[in-house]
Amino acid sequence: MAQLKAGARLKSAVCATEVIVIAAPAAGADVQCGGAAMLVAGEQAPAGVALDEAATAGTTLGKRYVSPAGDLELLCTKPGKGSLAVGGAPLVLKEAKPLPSSD
Amino acid sequence: MNLMMLLEMATDGFGDRVAVQNGADRFTYAELFAAAGAAADTVAASGASRLAVLDVNSLAVPLGLFTAAWAGIPFVPLNYRLTGTELDALLGSIAPAYLVTDVERSATLAGAVQTVVAREAFLQNGRAAKTRAPEWSMDADAIAILLFTSGTTGAPKAAVLRQKHLVSYIFGSVEFGGAAEEDAALVSVPPYHIAGMAAILSSVYSGRRVVQLTSFDAETWVATARAERVTHAFVVPTMLTRIVDVLVRDGVTLPHLRALSYGGGKMPQPVIERAMDLMPETAFTNAYGLTETSSTITVLGPDDHRAAAASDHAGVRRRIVSVGRALPSIELEVRDEEGRACAVGVSGEIHVRGEQVSGEYLGLASRMTNDGWFPTRDAGALDPEGYLFLEGRIDDVIVRGGENLSPGEIEEVLLAHPSVADCAVVGVADVQWGEAVAAVVVLHVGRAAEADELREWVKARLRSSRAPGRVEFREELPYNETGKLLRRKLRDELARSA
Repeated sequence: MAQLKAGARLKSAVCATEVIVIAAPAAGADVQCGGAAMLVAGEQAPAGVALDEAATAGTTLGKRYVSPAGDLELLCTKPGKGSLAVGGAPLVLKEAKPLPSSD
Repeated sequence: MNLMMLLEMATDGFGDRVAVQNGADRFTYAELFAAAGAAADTVAASGASRLAVLDVNSLAVPLGLFTAAWAGIPFVPLNYRLTGTELDALLGSIAPAYLVTDVERSATLAGAVQTVVAREAFLQNGRAAKTRAPEWSMDADAIAILLFTSGTTGAPKAAVLRQKHLVSYIFGSVEFGGAAEEDAALVSVPPYHIAGMAAILSSVYSGRRVVQLTSFDAETWVATARAERVTHAFVVPTMLTRIVDVLVRDGVTLPHLRALSYGGGKMPQPVIERAMDLMPETAFTNAYGLTETSSTITVLGPDDHRAAAASDHAGVRRRIVSVGRALPSIELEVRDEEGRACAVGVSGEIHVRGEQVSGEYLGLASRMTNDGWFPTRDAGALDPEGYLFLEGRIDDVIVRGGENLSPGEIEEVLLAHPSVADCAVVGVADVQWGEAVAAVVVLHVGRAAEADELREWVKARLRSSRAPGRVEFREELPYNETGKLLRRKLRDELARSA
């Protein structure tokens, strides 16, 4: 599995989605967007890779997405058509628990 | 990570909204983004390694902050009240710098640093800009802000806040786009205060319009809050005291103000209770944080305020003077001198750990422990449910005959006396005890109290060792402009008059 650290940025290979890692499992994680493995900075999309029509729920700017186990959390910094998954399991939208505004 | 990520997201999400306004002058998020890109080119071409702003609250402050992030150099907001040798020393320590300041200073300071630019020229250069490609360093360890701390205890030091600390703070505490379109935050703390920096970043990420007050004045604050339909604001305790006075005197209300947060110093209980009475529809939040922790680490939220005000239970009622509980993204412990966690209710030094915690000063060894904990040098104690009660700086603790006395605890008791409007408790040299307790007291207008009466008042509520041997009455206490009590000044004055 790919090593992932909080603060790392990933880019979709098949749509405009970009995310930043907020939390990641120590063992690493294979993150997909639109059915294809996400890329790190500078990495090129493999030839012929295409958006999987079964993974097009999309991503929303500024929203957080978590793995079913809760150990992976991504923040969407650029929205796109593909939806996020880890090891094939879809990530779910994390409900905001707003803190009181303190400044 | 880079602070520009926050502004880029805001620009993508709601670029046409007003980001910041100062009188009639304003930037939308998209305009601020474009201006930062253009200014970053200019600053980079100057060869400066820091971008400093010596100004009151103006549009140059947020523009300078994001320009520096884009250019990959530290932003240095300087105290515009400094003059002469103090200012020269700071400017010398940040060279080579690109300095933005007001017109008058830009003439007198020419030559003091590498480049000096008047505020209007800096803004004009940005406004003329075409949007350039969003390219900036994502080095999370790059310094985002160098903040010279107010220096109530000696020479100013520059706290180092890196990109990762500030971005983590915002990601950990603010919901992206969480503000409604009509929301507006009134920012009256000076830009060289961490709360001034945090207010810009939180507002940008939440999509809340920043309304700048050039500098604080209670009448203008109230008038601006009303005219601009301000929904959110942060104030330091001395500001709230004056705002409450204006509201009472003028019989006006703040119908749009939904949330008022406060911090930066000890809030007198009568002031917050009076404010809650005057503004029953407003949600109050007490925020505790340090420059070295990228602003807030604990909050006493609106529900906590209401629960404390409505409770019959003494332990719950007392929480109105607490600073609440740690943010979810912060670990907090109170430790004794051997570094062990203190039991509930036992005083010790507050330690915190989290992504937003920097704990670092330029050119000085880090105070962080090997496992990432930051000893704040603030004393405090936790209640059974994790509410934190501050007791002042560790360095202010009075050691009387081997016993550690907390000034905060004694001040809290004195402030509960009906005649006491304000007070400060400090240690003074004493032949018999090493240090003795001295109280400097400000009485309410028209009220009286004798020194003996106040001594007995403390003795009846705390142990007799806490009763101030010396009590002095004053018209007012010395505070700096952001509401920090100048204890060192008081100690020096008392020592001289002993």
